[in-house]
Amino acid sequence: MISSRSIKLLAGLGVAVTVLVVRLFTIQIADDSYKKSAESQSMVYDVIYPTRGIIYDRNGKILVGNKTAYDILVTPREIKAFDTLQLAEALGVNPDFIREKMNEYSRNRKRIGYQSVVMMKKMSPEAYMKFAEVKYKFPGFKGQMRSIRDYPFNAGGNLLGYVSEVDADFIKAHAGEYKSGDYAGKTGIEAARERDLRGEKGYNIYLRDSHNQKQASYMNGEMDKEAVPGKDIVTTIDADLQQYGQALMNKKVGSLIAIEPSTGEILAMVSSPGIDVDVLADIGQHYADLVKDPYKPMFNRTVRASYPPGSVFKLVNGLIGLQEGVLHTSDKYPCSAGFPYAKGRKLGCHYHASPLNFFDAVATSCNGYFCYVFRNILDNKKYPSIQDSFDAWREYVGSFGFGHPLGSDFPAELGGNIPTSAYYNKLYGKKGWKFATIISLSIGQGEIGATPLQIANLCATVANRGHYFIPHIIKESAGIEIEDKYKEALYPAVDSLYFGYAVEGMYMAVNGGGSAGGTAFAAAVPGLDICGKTGTAQNPHGADNSVFMCFAPKDNPKIAVAAYIENAGFGATWACPIASLMVEKYLTGKIRPEREYVEQRILSSDLMSKVKVK
Amino acid sequence: MPHGRGRRSLRQSIDWPLVICYLLLVIIGWLNIYAASHASEAAGILDFATRSGKQFVWILSGVFLAIVILFVFNPRLWEVIAFPSYLIVFLLLVAVIFVGAEIKGSHSWFSLGPVSFQPAEVSKITTALLLSAIMSRQGFNLGNKKDLILAAAIVLVPMLTIVAEKETGSALVYVGFLFVFYREGLSGWFLVAAALAIAIFIITLTVSPFASLLMLLVVVSLCFSANTGNIKRWILRDLPLLVLLAFLPRIWAAAGGEEPSGLWARLQPSHVLLMLIAITTLWYSIRGYKAKSLPHWVAVFTLLAGMAMTYSTEFIFNDILQDHQRKRIEVLLGLMEDPSGVGYNVHQSMIAIGSGGFVGKGFLQGTQTTYGFVPEQSTDFIFCTVGEEWGFIGCLFVILIYAFMIARIILDAEECRDRFTRIYGYCVASIIFMHLFINVGMTIGLMPVIGIPLPLLSYGGSSLWAFTILIFIFLALYKDESKYF
Repeated sequence: MISSRSIKLLAGLGVAVTVLVVRLFTIQIADDSYKKSAESQSMVYDVIYPTRGIIYDRNGKILVGNKTAYDILVTPREIKAFDTLQLAEALGVNPDFIREKMNEYSRNRKRIGYQSVVMMKKMSPEAYMKFAEVKYKFPGFKGQMRSIRDYPFNAGGNLLGYVSEVDADFIKAHAGEYKSGDYAGKTGIEAARERDLRGEKGYNIYLRDSHNQKQASYMNGEMDKEAVPGKDIVTTIDADLQQYGQALMNKKVGSLIAIEPSTGEILAMVSSPGIDVDVLADIGQHYADLVKDPYKPMFNRTVRASYPPGSVFKLVNGLIGLQEGVLHTSDKYPCSAGFPYAKGRKLGCHYHASPLNFFDAVATSCNGYFCYVFRNILDNKKYPSIQDSFDAWREYVGSFGFGHPLGSDFPAELGGNIPTSAYYNKLYGKKGWKFATIISLSIGQGEIGATPLQIANLCATVANRGHYFIPHIIKESAGIEIEDKYKEALYPAVDSLYFGYAVEGMYMAVNGGGSAGGTAFAAAVPGLDICGKTGTAQNPHGADNSVFMCFAPKDNPKIAVAAYIENAGFGATWACPIASLMVEKYLTGKIRPEREYVEQRILSSDLMSKVKVK
Repeated sequence: MPHGRGRRSLRQSIDWPLVICYLLLVIIGWLNIYAASHASEAAGILDFATRSGKQFVWILSGVFLAIVILFVFNPRLWEVIAFPSYLIVFLLLVAVIFVGAEIKGSHSWFSLGPVSFQPAEVSKITTALLLSAIMSRQGFNLGNKKDLILAAAIVLVPMLTIVAEKETGSALVYVGFLFVFYREGLSGWFLVAAALAIAIFIITLTVSPFASLLMLLVVVSLCFSANTGNIKRWILRDLPLLVLLAFLPRIWAAAGGEEPSGLWARLQPSHVLLMLIAITTLWYSIRGYKAKSLPHWVAVFTLLAGMAMTYSTEFIFNDILQDHQRKRIEVLLGLMEDPSGVGYNVHQSMIAIGSGGFVGKGFLQGTQTTYGFVPEQSTDFIFCTVGEEWGFIGCLFVILIYAFMIARIILDAEECRDRFTRIYGYCVASIIFMHLFINVGMTIGLMPVIGIPLPLLSYGGSSLWAFTILIFIFLALYKDESKYF
């Protein structure tokens, strides 16, 4: 006897229930945006930062390690009334600092909410222990442990590079790899091997409540991820040699590079003035000062500066001349204190015996001789025009690694500059230039720019009698591979035979034995058979740059060094002893007593004041 | 007829499925209250300091109350005390406005030491009882104007008093008595009219008065045509004509017609509609006068009332509703995106339920409800815990129990020959339905945030007792059927 109206009401009930169920189906099953919202709201990913990989030197010494530091975190909502003076004492800060911070938090309380904010960064464990003892008196304050970089050797701030917190631009440039608060290597090895060093972040997932308080581990930690520590890096650097190089270069502006010729491994690499490792650990604090410093300590001169190489470049021209057949080692050219290249104009030279053959010209670094050599190269009848002969010359020079980055594992490496014939065409007109116009190139001056690394590489190339390995700082080790290009010898377009002549010249420059005296006798160390070439490059901004490159021993060389000191004067005076001390230290582990005065002179000299800074 | 005549055993005379539904719901409620509050209170389910512990006491006392109602009192008592109890509760409803403590903006609670009591909860029972008593009297007929006014007054008096207490949510439940009236002979057009009024209100606010008027005209002409049996003509002629005329200005503009000038320039789409309504109204009036037919006049009345409603909606919305109610409606209708303000509750509630998925996260595993993202989670938003921890399956189960319960009460009521029992049964079913639809609808964003409990599930003694009494009076009356028939 059910009334038709009750059936309609029951139908209505059915419709209403269906509406509810359909709606539930929509939000619970069809639409998963609510699940995502719930996750982002109730789960907190507690990031576990991996320890960064350790950087070793070639002998297993730690160049860059890790040490523990503490950040002081404050959760303003949890703070109870406290004794400001006692807290200030425990933290080792001024009470005003704490008052100021508290005012700041109180102003921003809405934005901070239940979150924790960092009040102090990188406290040493010793300083932190003082606070930890009285921590219970200060609810709302806590310490968070973290790992920061530690530098046992004062070795190579610019070489090692620094690690700092990523900024917005960095995060954007490395999409998806970094988050705010992460750290990344910004320069040097830290940047070059960032991918290996950084490791992988892990996380613990916690559930949190609406007040952002952690409540429990999510799924008993089943979904948590362990942090993967960063890979350790073994470098080609010799920590002791590096540290010695740093000491020699103290108070000097310039670069000092040592390479193992047989492998291209960089043994030491000093850019001076550089970043002190103490500063490196806390770069953020000192960044502004570093940027403002007129000596540009952040500028890695070894791979970025473009200097005229000076007389060391005569070797390149000599080798090209020999290869092209426009010069023979026995050819003698006169030098009357220079080379007259135009009416009443002369490229000067120092006084020495004349005429000289190739070996003596190298040993005494005769300007006149190499002007003839370069003229022969450019006036070579093989080529229809000076443009063609110049381009051929340029190609030779390029094969020595000049004019373009060598391809080292320094990401910031630059290539210096070797001008092109097009450049001179544009400057002087196609018919407007001849050998005399660009005579400075004969002796490594003028438009030529080379990085100290390229000069060191030239030295290694000569030491190897005609080949080189791209200089690099990372050694292959467990889990770390290096590119094949670092294992292949590269050959400049000059026969090995001619390199032998160059070596003879360099040997005579240091050890004498020719008809004229060598320029680099200051580098001579008995028994080490050092071969070297001085250079004195004109610097339009003051005194000449002092340049020297050398390798030793003469046979089967173990080390090639290039030193480039800005505004120091003659190559023989400063760069020469510095480079030879490096060689001696590396090969014998000590400095001979009779050379200790040289060492003392270098260590105590301040050549920085000679550099004019803007 | 499922039940035989004469004396029946206890097993037969009590509707056990309903009792089982009751027990299932209170236990589900108890477990979910524990789940919703265990994280913040971290104690056993029976710890009397916790909400679940307290609820357990309420449940035990509720069951005791149920037994007393079933077996101790003579069910005829309820009909006798209907009027006095209604009067007493009405006085309490009025008194609480003046002496009641203010809780969340409403003056609806008496605080007697640790116990709080809300007369509005009891008022549902007394209103249902008095309504049943009056409407079951010999000769009562809703078609009779005097009787209709009396019945309406019985519902409206407590309802408006509760509105005065600023407990609009509880007052809304009384709309459910319309279903009872409908069952007892009130014209179905009242339900249609009520639905139309709500639709006009919502459409005016969310879309535009234009859409509202268009809908009004479509519905009225459809109902009129249905009434006179001319549906085909309506579909083929009236509807297309209506729509065409309504959109004429826009079609004109879209077709690249000339920019109208003068009076035409100020002509808006709604003006065309208003003219259409005026013409239709006039036409219906003339026809109604000539033919003396009621449907014409109903149509005219509806059109005028609907028009008035459309243009007064803004006024009602801005001037009659309270701030928080207006905001809740704005959020519900999507007029205002405000997930951290008023919309926070609904937003969080939907996240909690939505994240439950098909089978839920498991008992005590809900992250949203456990960790306090959902407000009022053991009282008004208890359904969130069900949704999050038991998923779609759990929600379906709970809703089906309610649906079964409501349908069962309706069927039981239909079976009774005692009018009092039948009408009372419909009252119970309507009240439970209103609570269910409004409460669950609120948690899943179908209804504005209206603070009323989910029957038998929500935490709170006042509400649990009220529903226990409400349901078990019906069960007692139903059991008593056998004695008299």
